[in-house]
Amino acid sequence: MSKSQGSIAPAAHGETQRDRTLRVAHVRERANWMRRRLLGMILAAGQGHPGGDLSATDVVATLYFDVLRIDPTQPDAPDRDRFVMSKGHCTGALYSALAGAGFFPEADLDTYLKPESKLNGHPNRTYLAGVETNTGPLGHGFPVAVGIAIAGQIDDADYRVYALTGDGELQEGSMWEAAMLAGHRKLGKLTVIVDRNRLQQGARTEETNSLEPLADKWRAFGWDVVELDGHDHAALIDAFDAATAPRDKPRVIIANTFKGHGVSYMRDQAGWHHGVPSADQYALAIGELEAEMQS
Amino acid sequence: MSAAAAPIGLFDCRDAYVRTVEALAADDDRIVAVVNDSVGSSKLGAFQKRFPNRLVNVGIAEQNMVSVGAGLANGGKIPFVSGAACFLTARAMEQIKVDCAYSEANVKLCGISSGVAYGELGATHHSIEDVAWLRAIDKMTIIVPSDPWETAEAIKAAAAHDGPMFVRISRMPVPELPRTDPVFRIGRGEVLHDGSDIAIIANGTTVHHALAAAKTLATEGIAARVINMATVAPLDEALVAAAAATGAIVTVEEGLSKGGLGGAVAEYCAAHAPVRMRILGFPGFAPTGSAAWLMEHFGLTAPGIATAARELLGTVKA
Repeated sequence: MSKSQGSIAPAAHGETQRDRTLRVAHVRERANWMRRRLLGMILAAGQGHPGGDLSATDVVATLYFDVLRIDPTQPDAPDRDRFVMSKGHCTGALYSALAGAGFFPEADLDTYLKPESKLNGHPNRTYLAGVETNTGPLGHGFPVAVGIAIAGQIDDADYRVYALTGDGELQEGSMWEAAMLAGHRKLGKLTVIVDRNRLQQGARTEETNSLEPLADKWRAFGWDVVELDGHDHAALIDAFDAATAPRDKPRVIIANTFKGHGVSYMRDQAGWHHGVPSADQYALAIGELEAEMQS
Repeated sequence: MSAAAAPIGLFDCRDAYVRTVEALAADDDRIVAVVNDSVGSSKLGAFQKRFPNRLVNVGIAEQNMVSVGAGLANGGKIPFVSGAACFLTARAMEQIKVDCAYSEANVKLCGISSGVAYGELGATHHSIEDVAWLRAIDKMTIIVPSDPWETAEAIKAAAAHDGPMFVRISRMPVPELPRTDPVFRIGRGEVLHDGSDIAIIANGTTVHHALAAAKTLATEGIAARVINMATVAPLDEALVAAAAATGAIVTVEEGLSKGGLGGAVAEYCAAHAPVRMRILGFPGFAPTGSAAWLMEHFGLTAPGIATAARELLGTVKA
């Protein structure tokens, strides 16, 4: 199966520095495009979750434009890699990636939240090809991803399973039921990314129901743990490359991020969990993102 | 609860369930079983021995069990997710709604030891609300088989049906029902005994009691039609409409008297075929007591059903 549209050759030993530089540049450009596009989508809809979208964008861009073996013309191919957006409110990151990867026309992004749009406020697999399971309420997507990985384990299948969770989402008990089972079953083809932006809807995670020591908790459940800067495309590519090596443990990537990353006035602000920029704020954000691509 | 063998002439539907799942699994490697530390109570020990790689035991974690079932379906499997009906439904309600029904995942939820089978263990372990809860969820097919034959047929139909399903399986001993035309189809009820004075619509462990009640009523000159309505959702509306034409309907179920089979029939009749009705079931949390005692105490066995029919007919005639 080919990689998603626009991506480049998979990582291989002996990859040249130039190839690698191109991969990083490609993901960086796609992430920037996603940020601009999702903000436009939210502006047009008058609703959305820009804070969480922007903290997750770099992870999602790396997956869709460098890692996942998916084909928008065969969205249900049995051997496809699976990506589950467990933090289902972050549709901006998911829909912009799916559009960018060719699952639906980019213009459809402007139907977001309109009556009967297939771009529901939370991902719906029956509306939209490329969505693996419906999410929205927290604590669902990751356990479903564990089930997919078990199916692959039973079949000794080649596909890999990725799930992106919020950090606040880890306060749901079902997440740890799933983590325990994945560790027990040594699901080596499962990779979970925690979008560790340290903010949940109302306040900081550590002030609400603290998660630390988070890495130790995963290790105690039988997982390999990688911690990185979730906005560093090179680090993300490295981590996902390493995740493809055969192993006998599931892996969690704790991606340290900032809510609202990429837009100065949204960055690390709980108030932008959901919200809509004004026209002036939108123009400012786009200006910042365009400048970022020039730098 | 001990797993004592059913008395002679009576059957534990779990045996038919596991025998069928195992036979299906032998022919189709997509069939997998998912359990919550319930290999014993689901009677899946032989399945586990024969297909060790295809039994997923998630431990005591019902929410995860249902989500994992949805994930297995995504991976191309046909998962039969078995657990005590009380926990499978109540603890994992949102997972059933979101991961199975709303996602249209091909998951077969098998509620074992349903109803008041765990009578003495009290209302925490009674699963009388399950049909009402799941009936409120769109796209859920709900089947309540009445005997071993129908249990086996329901499981075969579940495997062949693409979509989420709840099959409610008792551990209470039941007889095999007499059938003249044994064809099972999802969404189709069957008339087991014809009559034109009143219709008794039952399912699960109450059907044989309904048949016994009809025999008693016949000796009194009352011709009762007995309908086995194994599929609660989607409801066999044509059969309900025909039942309403008798002028009186009694529904019987080993479940709550609101929101279940009786609720489904009443909703249909209110909109399309107004008729006098009595809905027999448990009015609320049931006390402790054996399953047999509870069924009798709450009027869900033949004498209670016959009494309800007489009373309803008296009301109709008055």
